[in-house]
Amino acid sequence: MQDENARRVISVIVVNEASVLSRITDLFSGRGYNITSLTVAPIPDSRYARLTIVTSGSIRVIEQITKQLHKLIPVLKVYEHADLVEKEIALIKFPISENITDIATLCAAYNGKISNVGENVIIAMVADEPKRIDNFLKIINKYNPKEIVRSGAVALER
Amino acid sequence: MQISGAQMVIEALIAEGVDTIFGYPGGAIMNVYDEIYKQNNFEHILTRHEQAAVHAAEGYSKASGKVGVAMITSGPGFTNAVTGIADAYMDSIPLVVISGQVPMSLIGTDAFQEIDAVGISRSCTKHNYLVTDAKDLARVLKEAFYIASSGRPGPVHVDIPKDVTAQIAEFDYSVELQLETYKPHTKGNPRQIKKAMEAIAKAKRPLFYLGGGIVNSNAAYEVRELVRKTGIPAVETFMARGVLSHDDDLLISMLGMHGSYAANMAMSETDLVIGLGVRFDDRVTGKLSEFAKNAGVIHVDIDPASISKLVNADYPIVGDIKNVVNEMLEQSSLVNPAKYSSWRESIRNFDELHPLTYHEDTDRLKPQWVIERVGELLGDSANISTDVGQHQMWAAQFYPFSRPRQWISSGGLGTMGFGFPAAIGVKAASPEKISINFTGDGSILMNCQELMTAVERKLPVINIILNNNYLGMVRQWQTLFYDKRHSETDLSVQPDFVKLAEAFGGIGYRVNTKEEFDAALKDAVEKNIVAFIEVIIERLENVMPMVPSGGSLFNMMLLEKKEKK
Repeated sequence: MQDENARRVISVIVVNEASVLSRITDLFSGRGYNITSLTVAPIPDSRYARLTIVTSGSIRVIEQITKQLHKLIPVLKVYEHADLVEKEIALIKFPISENITDIATLCAAYNGKISNVGENVIIAMVADEPKRIDNFLKIINKYNPKEIVRSGAVALER
Repeated sequence: MQISGAQMVIEALIAEGVDTIFGYPGGAIMNVYDEIYKQNNFEHILTRHEQAAVHAAEGYSKASGKVGVAMITSGPGFTNAVTGIADAYMDSIPLVVISGQVPMSLIGTDAFQEIDAVGISRSCTKHNYLVTDAKDLARVLKEAFYIASSGRPGPVHVDIPKDVTAQIAEFDYSVELQLETYKPHTKGNPRQIKKAMEAIAKAKRPLFYLGGGIVNSNAAYEVRELVRKTGIPAVETFMARGVLSHDDDLLISMLGMHGSYAANMAMSETDLVIGLGVRFDDRVTGKLSEFAKNAGVIHVDIDPASISKLVNADYPIVGDIKNVVNEMLEQSSLVNPAKYSSWRESIRNFDELHPLTYHEDTDRLKPQWVIERVGELLGDSANISTDVGQHQMWAAQFYPFSRPRQWISSGGLGTMGFGFPAAIGVKAASPEKISINFTGDGSILMNCQELMTAVERKLPVINIILNNNYLGMVRQWQTLFYDKRHSETDLSVQPDFVKLAEAFGGIGYRVNTKEEFDAALKDAVEKNIVAFIEVIIERLENVMPMVPSGGSLFNMMLLEKKEKK
């Protein structure tokens, strides 16, 4: 099957209480599902939090994941997204000796900018679709990035 | 009212109508045990191991249909209980397991008898709680009982630090539950049910595939009616033994790895599987791609995650079996039972070709005879528990079950040591029935200390030890698949089981012949005390027929044909 290991984005609305994150991650590890990235933050003015999980698997596996997530007592809703807006942030540290103008221009093309300038390094930030972040990181490789950190994706259904 | 956390536990158990709990005290749970000492509302049965406390609670729950309650202390008390909790999780048994924990101030310091109990139980419970404030206890315990017993049942673990059981707080058990994230779906979709009934009416060779969910839903008598009205033959899973009565013409037998030839052939030939409360376990299906290959699938289950997990359901129905079967019954006139007579005939032919039987061709007793004999002598008057191994399969194959909740065995987890403590719980729940535990010479030693519990509490479980001086099921696989290399399965060195029973104040028998067996069973039943009946059986008897692991249901290893003596 062509989509045997297709990338999927799942949002999970959970009661924001102790150990709820372990319940989710234990489910993934215990049943042999894969987590590519996971982000979590409280939903403003509610007792819930929202997780965005990027995973991969066949339609059948994703259906199982969705059902198993639903079975967890503190889970309110599970969305498996088809049509969504997805963003991710990356922070990249460059030596100050690199071409800052080039880097700044590239960042601008990926909804980013130079966020911090220090004595020896600059830190750039970009915010874009995960695929475009992949692309950006490939391009800036020649500017000798010292450290890269990615946030994992957040997503909203259109 | 303002009471201590420990008193709250007692009040909650009383409010839930609990009449018996099973447990073992220790440091972190002492406040609660102090309150148990002061009350007379329920019985506490002291087992001699925490694992046994949970198995006893499981047996109690399975026999009574109520939530089983076990109580243990922190650290090793809890870790000993984990096997029982996992067993209940795999077999969907409603339990509330209450454990003590070290005081809040010591959590995370590697304190004496501290272990991250909720961290361990997370993956083998339906839900769990660490209670950090006594004011939450009423809500948590009420939720625990509700979650354990509703939807797909299962164990719920409540871990309570010692200072929380000492803390005084307001207690009001009449609080309304507000579980907006947990709403089990109990009513099946009427349109799906209608479609399923139409599919049944159209099918040429439909087959009921009955599972343990029917027992959990207390729907066996409704299912019996549905089977009778439609005239459709049925196979039972291991967990569903007793849903149909053994003398029901439409019951083929158990299916699966050690199911009957006819049951497995029926499943291979059917054109419509009607799965009720089943989960397509690997021990049932054999090779998945060959399982009921040309059949449509109706799957009714309360757990949506069970549906289309392993076998795609053409007619998925999420709901409580009892509700759904009642709706199916209303439409059962759509189905014409006469239509399936040739299908029933061909299943009868399968059964005549390779019936579920055994040969009495050795001097030693055959284990199957022992099971059949207990069935003849005690039948409906006994509840049957088992341990795990060959004896368990023989019991499932050969005992004449006549009612749901008569059969109590560890199916999903396959826990050796389950049988005796479970049978103690069964006897506590159902004292009017004789409590039989079929066990093996391997399994019985895994919880034989429970002789003390049974003797002390006068719960006269009769343990029938089918002794072949082998860890028999593993030995069978070694014989068949490991070229007879019987690695570490020869149990020739054994205790004197008669003396072992007597040492605890029970009664022991060692029998070699049919006459001796009859006399021993009669004596044990009459004396009504805890018994070990050690039956010396044929050493190399195999459980047959058999679908080798990963094989197809229709490719069974069969009992060799011999002239019957």
